[in-house]
Amino acid sequence: MNFTSVLKTTGFALLCFAVFSCKKGSDPEINGTGNINLEFDHRVGNQALQMNTQTYTNANGDDFKVSRFRYYVSNVTLVKSDGTRVKIPESYLLVDDSDAASKAQKLEKIPAGDYTSMDFVIGVDEARNFAGAQTGALDPAKGMFWSWNTGYIFVQFEGTSSKSAQPSNQLFFHVGGAKDPANAVRTVSLTFPLTMRVRTDTEPDVHLFVDLAALFKGKTTISFASISGFHGGASGLLVADNYVNGLFKVDHIHN
Amino acid sequence: MKRILVLFFTLACWLILAIGCRKNDNSDPQTDIRFVGPVNFPEPAYRFDGNTVNKPGFDLGHRLFYENALSIDNSINCGTCHQQFAAFANLDHSVSHGVKDCFGTRNAPPLFNLAWHKEFMWDGGVHHIEVSGLNALINPCEMSNSLDNIVNVLSKKAPYPELFKKAFGSSEINSQRIFRALTQFTAMMVSATSKYDKYIRKEKGGELSPSEQAGYALFKSKCSGCHSEPLFTDLSYRSNGLDKEPKDGGRDTISNIAADRGKFKVPSLRNVELSRPYMHDGRFFSLEEVLEHYNSGVKDHVNLDPELRHTGSRGIVLTKPEQQQIISFLKTLTDHEFIQDKRFAEL
Repeated sequence: MNFTSVLKTTGFALLCFAVFSCKKGSDPEINGTGNINLEFDHRVGNQALQMNTQTYTNANGDDFKVSRFRYYVSNVTLVKSDGTRVKIPESYLLVDDSDAASKAQKLEKIPAGDYTSMDFVIGVDEARNFAGAQTGALDPAKGMFWSWNTGYIFVQFEGTSSKSAQPSNQLFFHVGGAKDPANAVRTVSLTFPLTMRVRTDTEPDVHLFVDLAALFKGKTTISFASISGFHGGASGLLVADNYVNGLFKVDHIHN
Repeated sequence: MKRILVLFFTLACWLILAIGCRKNDNSDPQTDIRFVGPVNFPEPAYRFDGNTVNKPGFDLGHRLFYENALSIDNSINCGTCHQQFAAFANLDHSVSHGVKDCFGTRNAPPLFNLAWHKEFMWDGGVHHIEVSGLNALINPCEMSNSLDNIVNVLSKKAPYPELFKKAFGSSEINSQRIFRALTQFTAMMVSATSKYDKYIRKEKGGELSPSEQAGYALFKSKCSGCHSEPLFTDLSYRSNGLDKEPKDGGRDTISNIAADRGKFKVPSLRNVELSRPYMHDGRFFSLEEVLEHYNSGVKDHVNLDPELRHTGSRGIVLTKPEQQQIISFLKTLTDHEFIQDKRFAEL
């Protein structure tokens, strides 16, 4: 082996190494799947939600207390920085303020990647409302399914207000309905404050603020003297058009 | 050559015997649990997705249908208000008794050919056959139970865990499995062996008398606009002018549309001879009263169906002999085989 050929061989090896290492360094391969945690932090305005005891004031100046707050989040889709949409199959989550476990839910087998936003349906998509007997989070035994006009309750708020003319000053807001003219299916899109990195070995948290006060303000300021109780229908649409902007906000991401 | 012939003859005999035997096994309607749509029917609306009918599932549904433990105080079952001899309506009850003798507000409908319906109840508020039993289970004036309690009770009641295992592969009991088993049973309730069906299919026993034929001709010209064949309902919602001011909003209670006030789902006329009383509130106890309503009793309600509104008059002009002919035709829709079918009998 003469000097030239040694040089040639070494040069070739170096070139190979350089190409290989450059590729690895500038574009790391992200493979596999990982999990994320969705945390639902219930609030009224800038206060933490306290069931039954705390008195709040809505945008109309009406007092109210909260005895029940639960809702469906479904069809969760995560969006990568390059615009790729990753729909999480069978993502039907029932979040209930009285059930701590429901306020921290894990989504599994999410393709590794860098995600910048997410969207989801507040409630249950039309098809699943009319698809027959369901199980899991959609089991009618959960009490979020109307039996006489079948379909899911998307958002359920119950409480009291001195302004309510209902017996015992009750408030019951049951938003639902997936058919026109009372279609309350709404989709929200939430941009992450920083990129969420899903990897096989990390489990990022998406910490959501869920502001109950958003039901009563926005497009229509709700007065409890005029709207105090309903099961779907036109009042539900007013409330859905309110909460589509403001019920959910991503407070922060933990990578 | 003779030996070959004998061998051939013997083989042929065996073959005939074997085919004959197999055919006998397969055609016994009491044991053959498969959903088969009648040839004179359209495709069913229910596709049995994820819920193919099978013997253990059907048997479980059968047992659940007649299970008193589904009601809060163990007093009633589905069959209490849906009696086979009345084509699974509640004979002679305008409205039915739930637990503690609580009365409902609408007439219990007969149950058959449900797989062809997309919406259920008089107002169409139930949008899928699988959840059509839900309201009866939890309504305080019907069985007054909760799904959680039913699951709990059945989970501790032998032999249900075992029956669920046979039907669904594990002994877990949940509301979806209860509804699917019940649906296997109720979707199988096909009524298509009336004299009329045999007439249409040109089968034995399908000979219509002159009066029945005259009634059929009248029916086609005066009634089939709403009660269309072969289901004898077009599954729409209409007002037939029962009241000038309807007390029950009917379809409007579901749709919230004023033009739907006082409209109800057009009922099938199959087995109508057996399923009295009639109308959403069970106000008429005879077919004669019903026919006379159409002849002379139709009220001027704002949502009255266009089929019943004519210039200068309302309703359907029918002489008494015509009414009798129509009734004789309606009785050809009685399905004796269906109401005697042991697969659906009370346990």
